[in-house]
Amino acid sequence: MALRRKNNSNTASGLNISVKKNGAEYTFLLNGRLDTLTSPDLDAEVKNVIDKAERMIFDLAKLDYISSAGLRVLLGAVQGIDGRGDMVVRNLSQAVRDVFDLTGFSLMFTIE
Amino acid sequence: MKELVIEADRNNLPEVQAFIDGELESADCPMLTQIAIDVAVEELFVNIANYAYSPETGNAVVQISMHDEPLSVEITFIDGGRQYNPLERTDPDTTLSAKQRKIGGLGIFMVKESMDQVNYEYKDGQNILTIKKNLN
Repeated sequence: MALRRKNNSNTASGLNISVKKNGAEYTFLLNGRLDTLTSPDLDAEVKNVIDKAERMIFDLAKLDYISSAGLRVLLGAVQGIDGRGDMVVRNLSQAVRDVFDLTGFSLMFTIE
Repeated sequence: MKELVIEADRNNLPEVQAFIDGELESADCPMLTQIAIDVAVEELFVNIANYAYSPETGNAVVQISMHDEPLSVEITFIDGGRQYNPLERTDPDTTLSAKQRKIGGLGIFMVKESMDQVNYEYKDGQNILTIKKNLN
């Protein structure tokens, strides 16, 4: 049976970003929605570290929603680190996985 | 049919999605289907907000109606901005590697792929874009 929503939590706007640094490895833990309004915040966090990072990990376990605006930030990140390091995306929720599959992003990233 | 008339400003996105979600929740729409519809609504509304009236502003009209057999939702976006058919945009090549992928065109591509029907017409000086999605 399909999951059914008990409330409209996925419309609660906002994104929490926590960044953990371990040497030149940066882990971005995203909680909430990565949409037109919140993507610039993640973009700024990524740009802060992209010149120093040798590995970037995006943990999407608590990401409920992603639109093309969010995909663009992830694409910018993987293109930015290309040649100097690698990038991993992990713990996709089904909703986010659907978007990745639809757009071919599942094939582009290392997904754990 | 229910209708929302709202300034085509990206900051109004939460209000547009709340309007749509309210209707979908009344119809007991499955969660993953609702999220797919929310994404399509974002792509289309933000497109209007970014391009239809730029650099001026104007309104977008969002209409939603539910249908039976099959149970489906129909959502229409109307704007009076410059004539533009987003469906004519070239689809991104989803087989390219990350290095080769371009950043544009993803949003409308997702709408086309995730909805069951997408239709555009230009009538009486208005862009009218309609999406339809089966709920089962």
